[in-house]
Amino acid sequence: MNAPIASTTAASSADVAIIGAGPAGGTAAVTLRSRGLSVTLVDEAPLPGGQVWRALPQTLKSGAADRSPDRIDGDKLRGALANSDVDWRGDRRVWSVMRDPQGFRIDALGPSGTETIRARSLIVASGTHERTVPFPGWTLPGVMGLAAATILLKSQHVLPGQRVVVAGAGPLLAAVAAGILKAGGEVAAVIDQNGALDWLGASGAMLSRPALAIRGAGWVRRIVGARTPVYRRHCVVAAQGETDLASITIAPVGANGAPRPEGRKDLTADSLVIGNGLVPGTEITRLLRAEHRFDRDLGGWCPVLDGGGRTTIEGLYVAGDGGGVLGVDAARAGGRHVGETVADDARAVANRSERRPTSRRRPRFGAAMAHLARLRPAHVASIPAETVICRCEDVTRAEIDRAIDEGADEVNQIKHFTRCGMGPCQGRFCGDIVAELLALRQAGADDETTIDRARARIGSWTARVPIRPVPLDSLIGDFDYADIPVPPPAPL
Amino acid sequence: MTADYDAIVIGGGLLGATAALFLARGGMRVALFERGPLCREASGTNAGTLTMQMTRVALIPFALEGHAMWQSARDWLGHDVGMVTCDGLSLAFTEQEADLLSDRAAKRRAAGAPITLLSPAEAQKVEPGVSPDILLAGHCPVDGFTEAYSTGKAFRVALLQAGVAVREHTPVDRVEHEDAGYSVVSDGKAMARARRLVLAGGVWIEPMLAWLGVRLPIKTLINQLAITERVAPIMRSVVGIASGLLSLKQYPNGTVLIGGGWQGIGNRAEGGYALSPEALIGNVRLACHAIPALRGARLVRAWAGLEAETDDALPAVGPVPGHADAYVCGSVHSGYTSGLAIARHLAAGILGEGAGPELFPIDRLLRQSAPNPTRET
Ligand SMILES: Cc1cc2nc3c(=O)[nH]c(=O)nc-3n(C[C@H](O)[C@H](O)[C@H](O)COP(=O)(O)OP(=O)(O)OC[C@H]3O[C@@H](n4cnc5c(N)ncnc54)[C@H](O)[C@@H]3O)c2cc1C
Ligand SMILES: Cc1cc2nc3c(=O)[nH]c(=O)nc-3n(C[C@H](O)[C@H](O)[C@H](O)COP(=O)(O)OP(=O)(O)OC[C@H]3O[C@@H](n4cnc5c(N)ncnc54)[C@H](O)[C@@H]3O)c2cc1C
Repeated sequence: MNAPIASTTAASSADVAIIGAGPAGGTAAVTLRSRGLSVTLVDEAPLPGGQVWRALPQTLKSGAADRSPDRIDGDKLRGALANSDVDWRGDRRVWSVMRDPQGFRIDALGPSGTETIRARSLIVASGTHERTVPFPGWTLPGVMGLAAATILLKSQHVLPGQRVVVAGAGPLLAAVAAGILKAGGEVAAVIDQNGALDWLGASGAMLSRPALAIRGAGWVRRIVGARTPVYRRHCVVAAQGETDLASITIAPVGANGAPRPEGRKDLTADSLVIGNGLVPGTEITRLLRAEHRFDRDLGGWCPVLDGGGRTTIEGLYVAGDGGGVLGVDAARAGGRHVGETVADDARAVANRSERRPTSRRRPRFGAAMAHLARLRPAHVASIPAETVICRCEDVTRAEIDRAIDEGADEVNQIKHFTRCGMGPCQGRFCGDIVAELLALRQAGADDETTIDRARARIGSWTARVPIRPVPLDSLIGDFDYADIPVPPPAPL
Repeated sequence: MTADYDAIVIGGGLLGATAALFLARGGMRVALFERGPLCREASGTNAGTLTMQMTRVALIPFALEGHAMWQSARDWLGHDVGMVTCDGLSLAFTEQEADLLSDRAAKRRAAGAPITLLSPAEAQKVEPGVSPDILLAGHCPVDGFTEAYSTGKAFRVALLQAGVAVREHTPVDRVEHEDAGYSVVSDGKAMARARRLVLAGGVWIEPMLAWLGVRLPIKTLINQLAITERVAPIMRSVVGIASGLLSLKQYPNGTVLIGGGWQGIGNRAEGGYALSPEALIGNVRLACHAIPALRGARLVRAWAGLEAETDDALPAVGPVPGHADAYVCGSVHSGYTSGLAIARHLAAGILGEGAGPELFPIDRLLRQSAPNPTRET
């Protein structure tokens, strides 16, 4: 049955394959190439850069040159890659990754069908996705993620709305609000889950990276300059509107992150940009069954890594936020570091020498920012029963609670009792919240230490192919019936 | 020995759960041990197709009875597991397949399945979405499918109501045959004793029987399945092909499930941990060839589950030789369809009703000291 099939499949091989061409993967590619290894770098986007160093599409390039630090860093990386002979594969959606006798096999869907890439080592640098703690109305048109708004602003120069409320937690808040103002938009308010005290707690770490702290201060200056109201220690508890967003309700939050009943306030807005931190994208490492551990401060489930980015699986490495959310600076440094480790390991294998152990400290700045954006159990506990948790399958909190009452005592069983997480996003957006809801029920408490222990026990949804949805049409290409390798008939 | 229960069932898949349910309803005190959650292996990951046209001839009577049981599941189980009754078509695209189809349809018809052969034009009336390239189709009005993933939810409630002691997340390490019955050991501790024992471990009946020193080789099939996102209605029947290597239907929610037994990668110890991209693409090509409109959908998820197969591909259901009151219940091909009936008959036999528990006696399959075909758990 595994005979080769006549198809659009093209095969190639390299010493190292890297999935994700952001600051981590792109830097790792350049590093490895300079050490003489052959590298194939794959990304869904047409150009390298990833989330933060995103390139401007060709069509928008004519306008005034964007000289933001992100654009400059991104252009530098794109230049370095263009001047290297890294085998760059843009516009390729990786849908399958598996181990094979030579190392790893990666299948990607590109403009001319599916391509197979084989490599001895694999670096997963696939970044993060955004988390939203659901509230009634969060699925209304007009509500979007901070990351989605960033893409609109950066690569399409489009404002998310006329009157935008920016809400959530972490440094992305100020960055997006400032970006909207800079592009000439109106920010109705900034709703920050953290208070001055929380930010003060992070200030020591911020001073460890003065350049980043100064950039952050610039965003804040812009927000203050525009007289934008900033609600500290507040969160969004509801969004209202007939067909589109019309207004939102905010509430003050307690020290544990839970909204309080008193002091609520309505704000009119036609756009709400909201994000409650980032979650490492672990689909590929989970698919390959590497060991993972739960670390709330790093965004939740993270692959277990040593200081050199080695996972528990021989030849499999992780660089960047996919190993734990620490931000762009750490991702670039990590990419270089993991690239060096992979090159050292390859040489050690060739020389049959001991692999060098590698250690590294967790960067303070990124860690402090991630801590501010961590998920708060008490916030999740406050989600009203009728709120939709899984937007793909329209599953509410009440239905999840009922499944737990009916005996679903682990996340995969909740999924099978409710269909939660079975839609096109495969639980990328709701998985963290569902596990937190189950942990809250099983632990019977909402303090982070207790919930963390429950989360570690509960685990996460099983990852499967395709890593992202793929159109059947491009997957199968053109074929003749006679070429389908139909196995012999089943016994009668 | 003090018996805690009248019967202990090990393995909480469809077969074990059904046996436990009917034993309890027959008046026995029953404990069911399952190493994970109920019905999360073959019985929760299978395609849920209830078709006669993929069923082995010897199982047709049980499959018809099983189909009827699923149809009335709301009454006896309390939950219908999303059962949809519809037409079933088995397609032939080549002369060779047409011969195979006619031959197999005749044999299944002789065993009681109401299968007739249709011309392409007649088949198109049953299934307007079908490919115009077919030469012949087998048609059976007794067909349909369920949402197999909700099997555990349905059985859990029914088992508890029937008074079964449901022990999930309790892997059994071994069973000891004592004077008056069997003692079940989990995590090094004796958990329960009973006079009667039913081993219903799916692909794991081989290691389970080994606890009793009985060697019955089981082959582990790694069946792949793939599901699309929700799409507008493109088909209304269960569609297969003559060789049995396709099983295709659209759920009421719009998703389309593509299967047919194409093989993925895995083993009994590690599960079906990877999918073969070639097999996945081959299976999807076959599906899109049968229902061309499927091409427009997106693939959302694919997975692999483990199905058991004996040397002669017939079930292992009956007494365990040399061990009084011990039974095995497993390796039923397309067991989601006929398994309900088979496990219920076994329970009746154990209760001393009906034709007795010797449904598919395993003596024919036993080996003395043959090498183990697959890696052990
Ligand atoms: C009729 C039907 C319709 C469905 N529709 C959809 C749908 O529309 N969308 C969708 O997303 N899904 C759908 N599903 C699929 C469902 O969500 C599951 O994907 C499917 O049941 C298979 O589960 P799984 O193997 O992916 O994960 P799980 O059920 O979690 O099973 C994982 C298995 O791997 C084993 N395992 C994991 N790690 C190890 C290890 N290290 N060693 C040994 N074993 C290990 C576990 O024991 C377990 O058996 C459907 C399923 C069915 C039956
Ligand atoms: C992908 C796939 C698709 C299929 N499609 C269809 C279809 O469309 N139609 C159809 O009729 N049939 C289909 N089948 C076949 C059908 O699913 C099986 O025949 C049936 O589910 C088998 O049920 P079972 O109870 O014997 O095994 P299982 O459901 O595998 O149950 C065995 C149980 O034993 C437990 N167990 C194992 N070891 C221990 C231990 N030491 N202690 C405690 N518990 C233990 C396991 O965890 C498991 O839950 C399909 C099978 C697969 C895998």
